[in-house]
Amino acid sequence: MRIAGYLYMAVLYGFIFLPVGVLVLFSFQEGRLPVPPFNGPSLKWYGQVLGDRDLMAALLNSLVLAMVSSAIALVLGFLAAHALARHRLPGSALMRGLLIAPMTVSYLIIALGLLTLFNRIGLGPSLWATGIGHVVINLPLCFAIAYAAMGDHHISAERAARDLGASEARVLWLISVPMLAPPLLAAYFLSVTFSWDEFIIAFLLTRFEVTLPVEIWSMLRSGLSPATNAIGSLVFLVSVVGVVAMEIFVLRKAKA
Amino acid sequence: MTAGVDIRGVSHRFGSHPALTGIDLTIAAGEFIVLLGPSGCGKTTLLSILGGFVQPAAGTVWINGQDMTQISPKDRPTTTMFQDYALFPHMSLLDNVGFGLRMRGQSSATRNAKAMDMLDMVGLGAKAAARPHELSGGQRQRVALARALAVDPAVLLLDEPLGALDMKLRRQMQDELKAIQRRVGTTFVHVTHDQEEAMAIADRIVVMNVGRIEDVGPPQQVYLRPATLFSASFMGEINLIPATPNGNGVDTAMGPFAVRGTAAGPQTLCFRPENVGLSGDLALGPATLIEAAFFGTHHRGLFAPLSAPDLRLTAHLPATGHPEIGTVADLFATAPTVLPA
Repeated sequence: MRIAGYLYMAVLYGFIFLPVGVLVLFSFQEGRLPVPPFNGPSLKWYGQVLGDRDLMAALLNSLVLAMVSSAIALVLGFLAAHALARHRLPGSALMRGLLIAPMTVSYLIIALGLLTLFNRIGLGPSLWATGIGHVVINLPLCFAIAYAAMGDHHISAERAARDLGASEARVLWLISVPMLAPPLLAAYFLSVTFSWDEFIIAFLLTRFEVTLPVEIWSMLRSGLSPATNAIGSLVFLVSVVGVVAMEIFVLRKAKA
Repeated sequence: MTAGVDIRGVSHRFGSHPALTGIDLTIAAGEFIVLLGPSGCGKTTLLSILGGFVQPAAGTVWINGQDMTQISPKDRPTTTMFQDYALFPHMSLLDNVGFGLRMRGQSSATRNAKAMDMLDMVGLGAKAAARPHELSGGQRQRVALARALAVDPAVLLLDEPLGALDMKLRRQMQDELKAIQRRVGTTFVHVTHDQEEAMAIADRIVVMNVGRIEDVGPPQQVYLRPATLFSASFMGEINLIPATPNGNGVDTAMGPFAVRGTAAGPQTLCFRPENVGLSGDLALGPATLIEAAFFGTHHRGLFAPLSAPDLRLTAHLPATGHPEIGTVADLFATAPTVLPA
């Protein structure tokens, strides 16, 4: 039984990670095609990728976009969640529904809607437009996580702070945010990951300055190359760093 | 600091349910007031109105001669010690206690010194750097008290602060609360449903029921000369004998008694079980002991008077005696009162 369990685990992890393993392995390919047999290892494709100015610009765009749009989504989502968790407002069920709604709409529809709107008001496709799109898709996530995390002991601590003379802004900044730090950080890192990976909205809403997924897509159009494997591996590495950072800063803290 | 409180004609309702009806109460500066009553009697609502967390539907609240009815909690000279303590889990005890001073713009040196004094006062000076989750329930209690007192409020509001503690710790905290209140001189308004706790700590007890004040007075007065039947029964076990006025006193099933009530109409003759004995002010006549149980401090005996065998009188008999069922004794009551039924 025990062996069957381990076997099952090995198969499961293999199923999940084999494609990533193959991708990473052939990024070290010596030849011009990322297919077996494996020759190498060689770092020449990494050299080429890191020396590619367009690619590095796209990578930087993606990083900044992910961090900034996630920060905006987190702030808006947290404030909305705090208001709806604390105050009985008319139609608050409807407001919660509307805030969550973008989650149920496909990214393609959101992207088309934003594209139409931005063209109409003369903003046109740009990194800014993509950023707004990413706020739209990540706000429901941040809202839902923050809203679910707010409990009665937060309410009573906030009440105590007000009783001791704290203004609303200081209640939020000194009590609510620190007490909710683990879920808020988790929401932020999740948003960053989603924004970092997002393709459809970025594809439709960027023009000259593109994000990394869009740049990778245009590389793929010219056929398979170990260079795409190399950039894919770098993307994977960034995600791993993100997950490890979350593990260290968020989950450890939550336990303490 | 300390200040008097004036509550005038305060009423409040939650939806269609009236929580408070026409509350008038004057609290002197430096007084230890206990709001006592069963759950749902409005005592916590009244405390929330004093703290500014609830706006009353009608009436005004005056603190230190100023109308505070519309003032928000942060601008009131009141602080609250909450039932669940509501300590800030992400701050050390020192920062918890110093929070109110920080909100008042005091420098960190000043507020840390003051917070340290307060922690010393409640005996937790050595734990200033600890976080709330490292403390026991009784210790959290003390931190909550220190935090509320650190800003030197005019009135401290205590919302069933001892509810979560076990019996022994509760007695100890009652003594400490009383001692600290004497030392700081702040007006304390304390909410509880435990009448023993109320009597142990209060200068005056305010007995509440279904949104009204039933009785106000020092513990001894409320216990021995209650104003209403509700107050009489809520303060502890009591014998209630239906009576009608007859000019000189009252008629009961046990015969006439020369005790007068204040009102006309049906009355109730009341006396506490511990005030029933073999001598006293009021001769109750012979009665048969039909049941007895030992309670440590006394035997609780049930008597059937010979003059009214269906009636039951409860009496506390000396713990050292050996009451025998079937004994007939001549009973007397001390400190009887007659209340409107």
